[in-house]
Amino acid sequence: MLTSRTSPEQLGDLPQRAEVKGRSLWRDAVGRFAANRAAVISLVVLVMIFLFAIFGQILSPHEPDYVDFMLRGNIKELGVPSMENQHYFGLEKEGRDLYVRVVQGTRISILVGVVGSIVAVVVGTLYGAISGYFGGRVDNIMMRIVDILLAIPFMFVIILLLVIFGRSPTMLFVGIGLMSWLNMARIARGQTLTIKNKEFVEAAIASGVRPIKIILRHIIPNLAGIVVVYATLLVPELIITESFISFLGLGVQEPQTSLGALISDGASQLNYGTYWMLAFPLFFFLITLYAFFFVGDGLRDALDPKDR
Amino acid sequence: MTLLQVNDLKVKFRTGDGIVNAVNGVSFSVNEGETLAIVGESGSGKSQTAFAAMGLLARNGAAEGEALYKGKNLLTMRPSELNKIRSREIAMIFQDPMTSLNPYMRISDQMAEVLTLHEGMSKKEAVAEAARMLDAVRIPDAKARVTMYPHEFSGGMRQRIMIAMALLCRPKLLIADEPTTALDVTVQAQIMDLFGDIRRDFGTGVILITHDLGVVAGFCDRTLVMYGGQVMEQATTSDLFERPTHPYTKGLLKAVPRFDREEEVLQTIAGEPPDMSRLPAGCPFSPRCSIVKERCWTDRPVLQKEIGHCRACHADLQEVA
Amino acid sequence: MFAFIIRRLAVAIPTILVLVVLSYILMFAAPGGPFNAERPLPPNVLENIEARYGLDQPYWKQIYDYLVNIVFHFDFGPSFKYRDRTVSDIITQGFPVTLTYGFWSFVVAVIVGVSLGIAAAVKHNSILDYFAVGVSIGAQSLPNFVMAPVLVLVFTLWLGWLPGGGWNGGEWQFVVMPVIALSTSYMASIARITRSSMLEVLNAGFIRTARAKGLPMKRIIFRHALKPAILPVLSYLGPAFVMMITGSVIVDSYFSTGGIGQFFVNAAFNRDYSVMMGITILMGVLTIVFNLVVDLLYAWIDPKIRY
Repeated sequence: MLTSRTSPEQLGDLPQRAEVKGRSLWRDAVGRFAANRAAVISLVVLVMIFLFAIFGQILSPHEPDYVDFMLRGNIKELGVPSMENQHYFGLEKEGRDLYVRVVQGTRISILVGVVGSIVAVVVGTLYGAISGYFGGRVDNIMMRIVDILLAIPFMFVIILLLVIFGRSPTMLFVGIGLMSWLNMARIARGQTLTIKNKEFVEAAIASGVRPIKIILRHIIPNLAGIVVVYATLLVPELIITESFISFLGLGVQEPQTSLGALISDGASQLNYGTYWMLAFPLFFFLITLYAFFFVGDGLRDALDPKDR
Repeated sequence: MTLLQVNDLKVKFRTGDGIVNAVNGVSFSVNEGETLAIVGESGSGKSQTAFAAMGLLARNGAAEGEALYKGKNLLTMRPSELNKIRSREIAMIFQDPMTSLNPYMRISDQMAEVLTLHEGMSKKEAVAEAARMLDAVRIPDAKARVTMYPHEFSGGMRQRIMIAMALLCRPKLLIADEPTTALDVTVQAQIMDLFGDIRRDFGTGVILITHDLGVVAGFCDRTLVMYGGQVMEQATTSDLFERPTHPYTKGLLKAVPRFDREEEVLQTIAGEPPDMSRLPAGCPFSPRCSIVKERCWTDRPVLQKEIGHCRACHADLQEVA
Repeated sequence: MFAFIIRRLAVAIPTILVLVVLSYILMFAAPGGPFNAERPLPPNVLENIEARYGLDQPYWKQIYDYLVNIVFHFDFGPSFKYRDRTVSDIITQGFPVTLTYGFWSFVVAVIVGVSLGIAAAVKHNSILDYFAVGVSIGAQSLPNFVMAPVLVLVFTLWLGWLPGGGWNGGEWQFVVMPVIALSTSYMASIARITRSSMLEVLNAGFIRTARAKGLPMKRIIFRHALKPAILPVLSYLGPAFVMMITGSVIVDSYFSTGGIGQFFVNAAFNRDYSVMMGITILMGVLTIVFNLVVDLLYAWIDPKIRY
């Protein structure tokens, strides 16, 4: 039986396989992303949505808070989308221009999503990196806290916050950020645990670099890939969260608006047959969501191929 | 009497990098009660040959040719018909006992279902029989441990359980796909002893797929050497070891460390196993062969009978020796 | 087993405490205190509340009393808005409604999702598979506040088959749309998770063993593959439950079912803090209990987990 030490199985491994060239990880990732058609198309769509949200106002002669009293009396017939009176998407229920409102709503929704996501990622990454890096009892306590908070249905708490402290966009950011850093913290901790045992971190520890510096200089940069992926996937979720609250009428307040609030308005007018009031906000809401999801998925496949 | 007759078997896989030809025209036969070894490096197609015969190819794989069991072609059989042969007539044991048993089911359930399905036993009888079979493969305290889960056994024990499970219906043919590769050396020896006993006690024919020539020498009647999805040489085991007639077989035998001769350096076969999606037009071994000729690159050698060996090589016998 | 439950409770109880204390603190942190915010309360309601909450007591005592009343008397205190109703009244009135369609939504999401996922995995790369993948990608990010109006548009306004809202004692026509609106996206997620885990399990060595044993495909799928394939679904059920509870707020208020979510939204508009708190705490407790059940199920299926 001892003869089985060297078997033909191992013979194949003897010649060096030196052809594999070291390529930049990022360039590889860009290549993989570019090969993902759904992700690339979504990225283009996303850029267009951003341009629409930022510069869309220019294309319309109407102001967001201008009520067209000429048409207001009979929105069902006079307020339909029309190129002639430049109400491209028609009028909304109060007689304002829907196109301009959609531009404004898209802007607010994306803003809430992006800002909330940034807050969540900064807090979550730092928290998770610290927890994972120090390990032991610190880690145990910090993660228990996350577990406890994760078991709370946060939507109710956010609404409670909004009711108590007033329905301002700032409070929305705070509430949504409060809810969404928890998962990021868990992911960041898991990654930190593996990075912590890599040679370059051990070398830094051995040469007496302070923990805070190690976390900021060595750990966090290596979390970048997963953080980018998670942040991208978090944005649409936060847009949904914001729209959820606005749909209930508890989110962004007039005269400001968001896609959720516009969908809510449109849905409430369904009985009058003014379907465009629901259709346009819903369309922008859904393509924004899907574009973010597909880009996020594409990034995940590109940056973390072994995940699949 | 011939039990299994494989004729010109081909196995192809569709992959992202194109078609992989894992097995390219393999023919052989196994007689009742006989032990056949199929030897080759990983990727030589030896396991896929067995999987194809049992209808166990991965989803993207397809088999052509014939695998006749008692005259009936296993490759074209309806699934329900094939299921009557699997385990009952031909049983199979796999390489890795850690992943071959279902971790979510008790051993008793996994073994008993074979008997309730094929032999129509009641659950109770089947579990009792399973325990008896575990006892036969020398699992201590089998009666109590039969209701345990796989993770409560060591690797060697799990392979014994796999063997016991394969033997439940007293199959005519047992295909063992590298049954000892994943195990410790001492456990390997115990498992091979067990195979010896099984052959003796049950009269089962065995196809032993292995890359381990040491195992072959002590155990098998005949040996089939595969390379690049083709049969290179086939002979009785003693013949093959004494007088290898194929340069690849020779290389393999030289690469086995021997303690009865004094050699400083272990010999190896230079080069790498072939890329199965881009096989050479001629002999698959030609890029690594020390006595390669002009025609080896273009003509694929055919398996021919010479002095008791079957060999697929363009070189004369004298050149190889 | 017993120790396992105890250990889980050791996390669950602090969670509930945090939730209670958090909401209580929030309530009193409201600018101008909880009671005299924007609209003055009717004097008798104010009296009732002040007596009930013992507002002259220190905060810890108030929270303690509040907790004791909830735990031992299922008493969340009086409503701030309606003088003769307690929070418990509102919960007992609205909860059965939400529970009814919530239960059906959960059943539909799990059963349809798992079946679709298994079918897609078994018929991998077939038309059925592409259909299932397409549907689940499309539907899994479709929020229920999008589903609800679209359903009403199609089934009420265009086809006229189903009533656009109300509850009517839980008659089936009134239950259908809430169930579809609430379950669709979770059904899609469950289908996707089941499909990918089933595909992975079907490639496992022990499935090959089962095939080599001559077992019919049906038996392999249901006896050998289902358990391991269902584990990832099980871990998804916890978060899904939270999201469904949350989603019920939309469904309750959009379909005017009279469920607990509608009371919550009304309370939010009326600044009826005690009702909001009561419902939030109830939902938190439900979530925690549900997660405990999921953990037990998980341990029951996976023999490698010992309590």
